[in-house]
Amino acid sequence: MSFAGPANFRASAARALADEPLQRELAKFSRGFQVKRVEAASRLPEFEALRDRARDIKDHCLAHLDFYLERFEENCRAAGGEVHWCVTAEDARQAILDICRRLGARTMAKGKSMVSEEIGLNEFLAEEGVHAVETDLGEYILQLRGEPPSHIVAPAIHVATEQWTEAFRTAHADRPADRSLSDGSEIMAEARAVLREQFLGADVGLTGANFLVAETGSSVIFTNEGNGDLSQTLPRAHIVIAGIEKVIPTLEDLSVFMRVLPRSATGQELTVYTTLSTGPRRAGDLDGPEEYHVVLLDNGRADMLGGQFQDMLRCIRCAACMNACPVYKQIGGHAYGWVYPGPMGAVLTPGLRGVAEAGHLPNASTFCGKCEEVCPVRIPLPRLMRHWREREFSRRLSPAKFRYGLGLWAFVAVRPALYRLVAGMGARLLGRRRPWRRLPFAGGWTDTRDFPASEGRSFMSLWQAGRRR
Amino acid sequence: MASETGKTPRTVALFATCLADLVRPSVAFASVRLLEAAGCRVEAPAAQTCCGQPAYNSGDRKHAARIARRTVRAFRGYEWIVVPSGSCAGMMRGHYADLLEDDGGFGERVWELTSFLVDVCGFEGIETRWPMTAAYHDSCAGLRELGVRDQPRALLARVEGLELTELPDADVCCGFGGAFCVKYPDISTAMVRDKTAAVKSTGAGALLAGDLGCLMNMAGRLSREGNKVEVRHVAEVLAGMADETPPL
Repeated sequence: MSFAGPANFRASAARALADEPLQRELAKFSRGFQVKRVEAASRLPEFEALRDRARDIKDHCLAHLDFYLERFEENCRAAGGEVHWCVTAEDARQAILDICRRLGARTMAKGKSMVSEEIGLNEFLAEEGVHAVETDLGEYILQLRGEPPSHIVAPAIHVATEQWTEAFRTAHADRPADRSLSDGSEIMAEARAVLREQFLGADVGLTGANFLVAETGSSVIFTNEGNGDLSQTLPRAHIVIAGIEKVIPTLEDLSVFMRVLPRSATGQELTVYTTLSTGPRRAGDLDGPEEYHVVLLDNGRADMLGGQFQDMLRCIRCAACMNACPVYKQIGGHAYGWVYPGPMGAVLTPGLRGVAEAGHLPNASTFCGKCEEVCPVRIPLPRLMRHWREREFSRRLSPAKFRYGLGLWAFVAVRPALYRLVAGMGARLLGRRRPWRRLPFAGGWTDTRDFPASEGRSFMSLWQAGRRR
Repeated sequence: MASETGKTPRTVALFATCLADLVRPSVAFASVRLLEAAGCRVEAPAAQTCCGQPAYNSGDRKHAARIARRTVRAFRGYEWIVVPSGSCAGMMRGHYADLLEDDGGFGERVWELTSFLVDVCGFEGIETRWPMTAAYHDSCAGLRELGVRDQPRALLARVEGLELTELPDADVCCGFGGAFCVKYPDISTAMVRDKTAAVKSTGAGALLAGDLGCLMNMAGRLSREGNKVEVRHVAEVLAGMADETPPL
């Protein structure tokens, strides 16, 4: 599984636009989640107030992040768990490998975790002789197909039903070749049968966390398939990997996010499972892991604290922004080149990988504002994308031609007499009856669109000449 | 000076926008007609140029701030500044304060045209007739930064003979996005293709919106597709100019 990298955005986007099966899946996807979100939100009168509350809780946490992380650690330890602080992706991979080594683990059952994608965990473990199996249905098909997720909630949104069938027939060659695998329920039944063996046989289980609750030291996952629960209760050890921004103060706060996140993500009132894990199995418990570990990952997040991009750390990974984004709808998630696609990725990726590498992403937005409109924690995504453009511009990373063009326009725009002269000449040059099919230096426009003709005189020249209507 | 109604007319400064200035003065003249019909006296300060949004959205804060300061100075002394574009009005109303640290209350004096006519003037429209079925596209900045949605529809509902059909996904971006449309032309084109398909699905004979950027993008694509749908700024229709001026 590998990502093309955000620097390849332009080529990846062009490929996505020409990929017909992908375009068919994207057209289907763009309706579902958005409509369901609106319906779910409209059934909860206090939804808008809850969004404010969710934003405020996150802001409070980020302002006191050290305090809440330490409280989380304290309470997690008190419940018998262990906390591993990891500054880099490499630290986190190593911490997880160390646990596996100590337990002699060869197999890992994984619930869905974007942070595990962020640190490239599966490839790393494979090299070290630990086989990680994705147990989320979407992640499982991607593992079979050898490709990364394209959406943070519905990772295989780009995969068509025929492609599912094909991948299952190839991977599960020991099953009867003439079996029917034509619809979702048949695919699901087969996946369930295959994965059940994996849960039972796995030495360790790994999940992400939607939230970490400081007052109890618990990790929380919101899931729909039940695979997360099996991944974390059946194996001998449960490893949680989470970004440091996932901590919230109390269970009461969690209740706010339980109402806001599923509605924003999939339009559900609640996800099918909301699972809290606090420490390993206690004496007298019927089940549960013998060890419970939480790997806390920084990987660039702390650098976003206290600056222009802090608001981004409020993100609860619901994907409402990408569901609403008209650019994502055209190119899908893989084009963004890394783990986090869509508007949230366009802000987060430059933060975690640098604007020099990921500068395309915050530029590939029309600032239409739909993402901000739906964000449950009210992250001003267009404003943050603009801030990345400012960094890029001031570091002279944007194309020189573009910067000079802007400078020239600004030179004219602050000189009204010169501006009127230029606009007057431009209006004459562009004036004719039919639209322009081609214009010099404007191929980006005229390759696919006509350019409407000017009316021949500028407004200011007509106004100054006395015309009033 | 007193108007026919006996009230002192409001003096309004029109910010024509650089796109209307360069490509389509009809939009500015239509705005003048509408504002006068709503009882305003209209001036167009000569020192106006561009609102600075291209620089602002490209990360060039320094130039954007310079242009913003010029614009604030050009409109000094006017209590009402009216703009026939939600995008430029949104820039001046919402973003100057961020850019200039203190815009001296400038933003509050800036209004998008249809919002000014309906929300401030309580304008009920010019008596005009245009037998047509039209679809209306909600431009993003007007809709989401300024809440312009019902005002143009309310005014269009009073145009005799005009039937407004709702455009599917009317609130989805057309793919213009300022420099976006030339920086990422493939994606922009895919977006505007979705828009023209939606327009075709309505069977409307005309497509209206309140922003020239979006209109030029959609008109340019429709025309490249050989589609004869008339594309116009909403002000032209409201001012009764649809018969005198050819569409975009």
